[in-house]
Amino acid sequence: MNTEANGRERISIRNLDFFYGQSKALKNVTMPVYDRTVTAFIGPSGCGKSTLLRILNRMYDLYPNQRAEGQVIFDGEDILAPGVDINLLRSRIGMVFQKPTPFPMTIYENIAFGVRLYEKLSKSEIDDRVQSALEKAALWPEVKDNLQSSGLSLSGGQQQRLCIARTVALQPDVILLDEPASALDPISTAKVEELIDELRSDFTIAIVTHNMQQAGRVSQYVAFMYLGELVEFGTTEQLFTNPSDKRTQDYVTGRFG
Amino acid sequence: MAKDLRKYGGRRRTSTFVLGLCWLASGIGIAVLFIILLTLVYRGVGSLSTLVLTQDVPPPGATGGGLRNAIVGSLILTFLGTAIGTPIGILAGTYMAEYGRHARMTHVVRFINDILLSAPSIVMGLFVYGIMVRPMGHFSAYAGAASLAVLVIPIVVRTTENMLLLVPDQLREAASAIGMPRSLVIRHVAYKAAMAGMITGVLLAVARISGETAPLLFTALNNQFFSTDLNAPMSSLPAVIFQFALSPYERWQDLAWTGALLITAAVLTLSILARWLGSSGVKS
Repeated sequence: MNTEANGRERISIRNLDFFYGQSKALKNVTMPVYDRTVTAFIGPSGCGKSTLLRILNRMYDLYPNQRAEGQVIFDGEDILAPGVDINLLRSRIGMVFQKPTPFPMTIYENIAFGVRLYEKLSKSEIDDRVQSALEKAALWPEVKDNLQSSGLSLSGGQQQRLCIARTVALQPDVILLDEPASALDPISTAKVEELIDELRSDFTIAIVTHNMQQAGRVSQYVAFMYLGELVEFGTTEQLFTNPSDKRTQDYVTGRFG
Repeated sequence: MAKDLRKYGGRRRTSTFVLGLCWLASGIGIAVLFIILLTLVYRGVGSLSTLVLTQDVPPPGATGGGLRNAIVGSLILTFLGTAIGTPIGILAGTYMAEYGRHARMTHVVRFINDILLSAPSIVMGLFVYGIMVRPMGHFSAYAGAASLAVLVIPIVVRTTENMLLLVPDQLREAASAIGMPRSLVIRHVAYKAAMAGMITGVLLAVARISGETAPLLFTALNNQFFSTDLNAPMSSLPAVIFQFALSPYERWQDLAWTGALLITAAVLTLSILARWLGSSGVKS
C-alpha cells in the first residue's frame, strides 16, 4: 500500500461488512480515502463497489432491510454510529448518481434549494452561489440566460453537470460519484472527466466506474473489488502497471469482468 | 418463395372480422354516450334559463321556479366533501407510498381501500346515517358532506399512492443526497413530480361525488327551501332530480331534466379537465 503522496486520510473505512437482508455484500473492507484526491472503485458488476460508495453517505439508510457493520471514520467520527445526523452528513458528503436526477424545478432552484437548507443567505449571496456552482460544473455559459427554465429541459450531459453543480454548491468536503458518466455520450463524458480533475483541488472525490480507462484517467488511487472483498488498494499507477494480486491483474488486463 | 396464401387469406379474414367487432363495440359505447347527451340537451335545455339559477324549487303543481337551492346545496356539499376527504386521502396515500412502503399496515390499508373503492355508495350513506344522523337526531348537510368525503377518500388514496410510486426512487435518493430531510423530499420533490396526477385524482373524485344521490338520501336528505345552514337538511341536484323525475308534475319533470343536464355538463367538464391535466403533466 502506497501512502506517500497526500498523506491525510479523509475517510477511513475499517472492517466494514454490509448486508442486503441476509446476504452479505461486503466482507471486511478496510481502506483509506485520501484528502483532495480521486479514489476510484473498480471491479465487475455485483462486486460491491456501488454498495461501498452508498455507505459513505449512508444512502442505504433509505431502505429498511439494509445494514452496515464496522466503522467509517470521517473527521474523527464514526458515521455509522447511531445518533449521527444523516442529513447533515449528506450535506458534507455529496453524491452524484448514474442517471442525471434534476429535481422538477427550475435550473436556479435545483441549486438554490439545497443551499438554503443549511445556510441563511441573502438573495444576492444565493445568486452568487448558484453562479459559481454552475461555473465550477462548466455549465454556466450554456444556461446563464435561462436559469428559470426547468431543469428537465436540459440535455442528459447538461443535466448531469447540473447535478454536479447542485452538489458542489453545498460546499461539501467529499463528493461521491456513482458511475457519473455511464449514461452520457463521449463528449459529455470527456467534459465530466475534465470537471472531476478540476474538482479534485477543492474536494475529496470517490468514484465508482465500470470503465477502466476512465479510472486510469481521473484517479490517483484505485480500489479493486471482487465478490464483496477489497482485493487490492493502491496508487492508480501501481495498480494498473504492477498489481500484486493475480485477480487484479486479470481484471485490469481485461481477462474477465 | 412458396407461401401458403390460403392460410394467410384466412388469417386476414379473421382479422377483418375481429377488427369489425372492435369498431362495433366502440361505436356502441360512443353512441350510447351521445344518445344520453343529446336526450339531456333536448329535454333539459327547454327549461334552462336564468330562472333556474335565481329561483328555488317550486311547490308541487306550480309553474315557474328554478333550481337555485339545489345548485347551491350541491356546490356546498361537494366542496365540503372534497375538503374533508382530500387531505385524509393524500396523507394516507403519502404514508403508503413514502413511509410505509413495506409495512404490513400498508397492505392492509390498500386492501381495505380497494374494497371501499368499489363499495356501493348507498352503503356509505347508511354508514354515515348510523354514525351521524341517528346520534344527532336529524338530517344535516354535515352528514351529507361526511358521506361524500367517505367516497372521496379511497379515490384520492389510490391515485396519490400510485402517482407517488411512479416517481423514481433515484429522485428521492438525489434529494436525500444533498441533505434534504425526508419531509422536504416528499413535499418539494415527490409531490412536485406527482402533482398533475394527484390533482387529476382529486378532480375525478369531485366528478364522482357531484352526481351521487344515494349517500345523500340518508344524510343531507333534501330541502324545499334555500338553506346554507350546515346543521339542517340541505337540497342537492341529484336528490332533486330523483324526487322530481318520479313526480307527476310537468314542471318538476322539466326541472329534473335541466338538473340532469347541468350535472352532466359539470362532470364532463371536470373529466376533460382532469384528462388534460393528466396528459400535460406527463410532459412537463
